[in-house]
Order: sequence, then C-alpha cells, then structure tokens
Amino acid sequence: MNRITETIQALKQQKRKALITYIVNGDPTPEITLAAMHALVSAGTDILEIGVPFSDPMAEGPVIQRGHERALAHGTSLRSTLALVKAFRETDKATPIVLMGYANPVERMGYGEFAQSAAEAGVDGLLTVDLPPEEAEDLHRCLRERELESIFLLAPTSSEERVKRVAELAGGFIYYVSLKGVTGASHLDISSVREKLSVISRYSQLPVMVGFGIKDGLSAQAVGTYADGVVVGSALVEIMGSGHSQTQILEGLSNKVASIRTALDQNSK
Amino acid sequence: MNDTKVDFTNMPDERGHFGQFGGRFVSETLFYALDELQSMYNRLKKDPAFQAEIDHDLTHYVGRPSPLYLAERWTEKTGGARLFLKREDLNHTGAHKVNNTIGQALLAKYSGKKRVIAETGAGQHGVATATVAARLGLECVVYMGSEDVKRQSLNVYRMKLLGATVIPVESGSKTLKDAMNEAMRDWVTNVDDTFYIIGTAAGPHPYPQLVRDFQCIIGREARSQCLEQTGRLPDALVACVGGGSNAIGLFHPFLDDASVAMYGVEAGGLGLDTGQHAAPLSAGIPGVLHGNRTYLMEDENGQIIDTHSVSAGLDYPGVGPEHSWLKDLGRVNYVAITDDDAMAAFRSLTKVEGIMPALESAHAVAYAEKLAAKMDRDDIVIVNLSGRGDKDILTVAKLDGIEV
Ligand SMILES: Cc1ncc(COP(=O)(O)O)c(C=O)c1O
Repeated sequence: MNRITETIQALKQQKRKALITYIVNGDPTPEITLAAMHALVSAGTDILEIGVPFSDPMAEGPVIQRGHERALAHGTSLRSTLALVKAFRETDKATPIVLMGYANPVERMGYGEFAQSAAEAGVDGLLTVDLPPEEAEDLHRCLRERELESIFLLAPTSSEERVKRVAELAGGFIYYVSLKGVTGASHLDISSVREKLSVISRYSQLPVMVGFGIKDGLSAQAVGTYADGVVVGSALVEIMGSGHSQTQILEGLSNKVASIRTALDQNSK
Repeated sequence: MNDTKVDFTNMPDERGHFGQFGGRFVSETLFYALDELQSMYNRLKKDPAFQAEIDHDLTHYVGRPSPLYLAERWTEKTGGARLFLKREDLNHTGAHKVNNTIGQALLAKYSGKKRVIAETGAGQHGVATATVAARLGLECVVYMGSEDVKRQSLNVYRMKLLGATVIPVESGSKTLKDAMNEAMRDWVTNVDDTFYIIGTAAGPHPYPQLVRDFQCIIGREARSQCLEQTGRLPDALVACVGGGSNAIGLFHPFLDDASVAMYGVEAGGLGLDTGQHAAPLSAGIPGVLHGNRTYLMEDENGQIIDTHSVSAGLDYPGVGPEHSWLKDLGRVNYVAITDDDAMAAFRSLTKVEGIMPALESAHAVAYAEKLAAKMDRDDIVIVNLSGRGDKDILTVAKLDGIEV
C-alpha cells in the first residue's frame, strides 16, 4: 500500500484529521529544505507537500511566487528535488511526500523517466497544477506503473461532471481548492466548502483535503470540521522568506505547525 | 509537406488540440469559465446578428477594409517580386490588435460581465482593449511587465487616458509572459464578473481559435484584394510572429491555396546563436506554458527562459499552438530576423514609402525584402504591416542617442 493511503487510514482510526504542509524546495536556500522537512514532521505534519519551483507559477499568490523565485535563484530543479526526497528517505521512511508543481519541468524530464526516478527516490504522489485530467492521461499511466498517486485539484467552480472525471483518475486524496483565487488568498467561505465537499463525496471514496486560505489554527479547525484534512502553504512559505537565520526559521516553522496541529486535533475530541 | 490532405479549416478538435499542440493546461478553477466561453462562442459564431454587429464595428469604428497597397518604390529598390503591404497600421488604434478586441469585447458584452482584463507587451493590445472597453463602458484592467511599462511609456499613458488601470507586473522577467501570469491570477480570483481578453492566438482553448477567427479578416480581405488588383493569388505571405495573431490572421484563409508560400518571422534578437532572442519556433522545443502545449524557449530543467527582442510585442517565449502545428506539418516556414535588421527595415521603409512600421512589423518587412530580392519580378509578396511605428519612436530615438 502507498504511504499516503496508509497514513490517512491510520489517522482515520485515531479519528484525527490530516495536516499537510507545503514548502518550496530550495527556498530560501537549498541547504535548509531537508532540515525543514524533518522539522515539519516533528511538529505534527502527516503528509509533506514539496513545491517544485517553476519560472511561471500561474496559480500562486505573491508569497509562494517569491518562494519559487528564491529557489530558482539557487538553481533548484526537479532533479535536485528528487535528490532531496532521496536524502529525506535515509532517515524517514514513513512520511508520505507529494510533489506539487507545474507540467513543464515534468514534460522536459519525460513522463517515464520522471515516474521511475520519483518512485526510486521515495516520492508518493504528484500534483501538477496545470495538468487537468483531460491532459493528464499519459502521465497518469506512467505514474500508475510505478505505484505513484495522481493528486488532482477540484474547485468551487467544478461542475458535477468534472468532479466525476477527476474522481476516475485521482488517487491518494483529492485536493479541494477552498476558494476562487490564488494560493495565500484570504476569503475562505466555510459554508460553501461544506456544500462542495458533500458533492465530492457522492462521486469519490477518496479523502478530501482542503487548501488555499488556511493560515492558522482557527481556519484549520473550522475547515477540519468538514474535511479529512487541511493543507497549509503560504503561512509557512512566509516564514521561509522572512530573512531570518536558519535556526529561527526552523523554530518559526515548528511553532506554526504545532499550533495548527493542536487546533486541528480539537476536532477529534 | 507530405501528400495526405490536411483539413486546415477543421482545427482545432473539440478539445482544442492542433495535433499534439494546444489544449487546456490551466488550474481547475478556470475550467468552468473556459467551458462557458467556448459554448457561448460556438453559439454566437453561427448567429448572424452577432456577425453583423462585428462587421458593423469593423467597418465604422475600426475603418476596415484596410488597404492592400503596392509599395512601388520599395519594390523598385528591392529589385525582385512585387511587394504589397496589408495596411493594418491604418486601423483605429494603429495595429491589428483591435480586430480581436472588437470581437472579444462583444463576447464580454453578451456574457454580461462588466469588467475586462488584458495582458500587454508592446501596449498595443492593452490600448486596443482599453479602447473597446471605453466604448462599451466596461471597467478595464491591463497587466503589463514593469520592463515594458518603461519601454512603452506612450502606450501606458494612452491606456490611462482611455480610462484603464495599468498594473505594472514585477514578478519573473517583468515582461509579457509575467503579465499573462498575472492576468490569469486575476481571472482565477474574479472569474464570476470578469472577462479575460487575451491579445494573441495563444492561451488555453478556446482562445487560440477565437483570436484566430477574429483576425482572419486580415487574410480574407487580402485574398480578395489581391485577386481584384492582380487577377491572381500571391506567391508568398510574410508576417511577424510574437504570439502569432497577426500571422495566423493573414495565413489562415490561404492555407488551402497550395501555391502560396508562407513565412512567419520571429524575433532573432542579437542572433539565434547568442541565445538572446525570442524565437521559439526557430530554436525552441515543445512544452507547456500559459494553458497550451506549444514550442517554447526553456532551459534543460523545463524553466522558461528570458527572451530578448528590441520589439516588446515579440518578446515572448511561447507562440500560438496552431503555428507549432503548421511548423511541424511544414506548411509554414518560420524564420528569424535580428534586432539590427529590423531596425534597418524600420528606417528604410519609412524613408522609401513614407510608412513607419511598428518594430514588430519591421521584422516582417526585413525578411520580405530578402525574400523578394531572390524572386521574379512577376511574383507577388504580401507583407502584413501589423502596426504603425509611432509607439516606437522613443525606443528608436534612444538607440540614436537622442532625447525627445
Ligand atoms: C504591431 C504589432 N505587431 C505584432 C505583434 C505581435 O503579436 P502577434 O504575433 O500576436 O501578432 C504586436 C504585439 O504587441 C504588435 O503590437
């Protein structure tokens, strides 16, 4: 069984919600990311989402855009991200890792080569923001061959027909984008999230994680009431880009994640 | 070209593909808006009232048809084929861009959305959008790379006078591609009340198709004008290619005319061998950017690389997907012209014909001159003069070391 499914099932048994945390590989420097991943896990992360920087991150708000730019300034690439995962796996064989990025770096490497290298490195799933199910079939086939999950987004604007289509290809979990907007936006509407989640559950057995606009314990707890878990990104990338020392950054990350973890676990009581 | 007959009129397929190119590579939130746009367009395309409204605006507001002009002195100087200019520079607002914004603004009107957004490089598309928005009383926001805001200050001021808000984009390379990213982000956020008017034949399906359809007026007119004036079809067509809208507009109505050769001219910048250019069809590889699969300029890691061209309107690392398809089919030849050659053509056409081309169009002028020189005196070459050069006067003056 894939680590993603294993982790989520264990959480279900404990009646706990999943906490997924996102940082960009190489942001602000390549040296910090490995330590940051371990710190995120120690502070209560269940699934790591690692951003693969891209020159044109169309779906990101200003905070994560700058994270991508900082990472690219040091030459961070898809290849170096696979090397990072391999290094992480030397000491952590359990925490699931999803790579999140854009189609072009994966296209450039080639779907087959990517799937093989990613599986060997210890990646569990891939989310390509600009590769909807219509265009993802070839990549999906390559990922399946290596037992990697294709993670797809659904949005407030997704029709029932699209929910159905995504449900056919999706594996691991479904990532529900909580609002119309880019990452880091702040106009989260809990009641509309709740409605859409019930539509999704009609078509898919997969757990649904909610992201975009979740930045603290309060919003995480509110969304966690209805979702199987939450994704926190911009709030962490903001800390990565704070310009502080590595020690301070790691401490900031740990505190942030620990406070969200605590709030989220209120839902299980 | 191979022998199997290709049906050029039936592309793209219903999912927006031109062979392996095109498609819809966008985040999930935008699918709904693209579906909505597509079905509205499919319906209105067949609606005579909609077509009549466009025709009316093109005639009375834009000033079409634009002339097909035999440039006699230029022909004489070149000493080869007869050179005709399709005068898109004479359109209202001074470029071909308005053909498309007239069409898309009408779509916006029919959609009931009160706010339009656009990306712009040279500022011509921004001006053309601000113009039609003013006329229809729509709110207009234009995204423009901060580098281009500096290079094209005249157009920035024009847009402001027209009532548009111009937002300088500071991310990435601060040029057209980043303006397009930012416009997409705006659209994702305001998708309920905002219509995105894309300025070139690129982006996610159905944009490459609808921009092409709106620009095809160029080729349809040129074809019948050429037949009328010379009694036959041209031997070659030449147009500059940024995103490719003026080129596809000229080429498309001639694609089935096998005797007509076509040349798309990309920005060769400092020379293809220097890497400092904006010529993805000449020197790029297929990839995914801005919602479609197409030829791109990228590095070995799949990151989009900075482009260079003296003309802001050609300074784009991608190209419309239909051009990528036509390149692979071999139906259109794609070539490149350097900054220096384009500048020389800008000066020479201005002096010889009293027509000052946009720096973008000057690339087509420069290539046409080389091409025509090797052709017969009876041959006919049509060059798309996509825009006028007034907007570039400050750039040229700066190169001349003159303070205007
Ligand atoms: C006068 C003119 N010609 C050509 C272009 C390039 O665009 P396209 O390739 O879409 O025609 C521009 C873009 O700004 C322009 O202003």
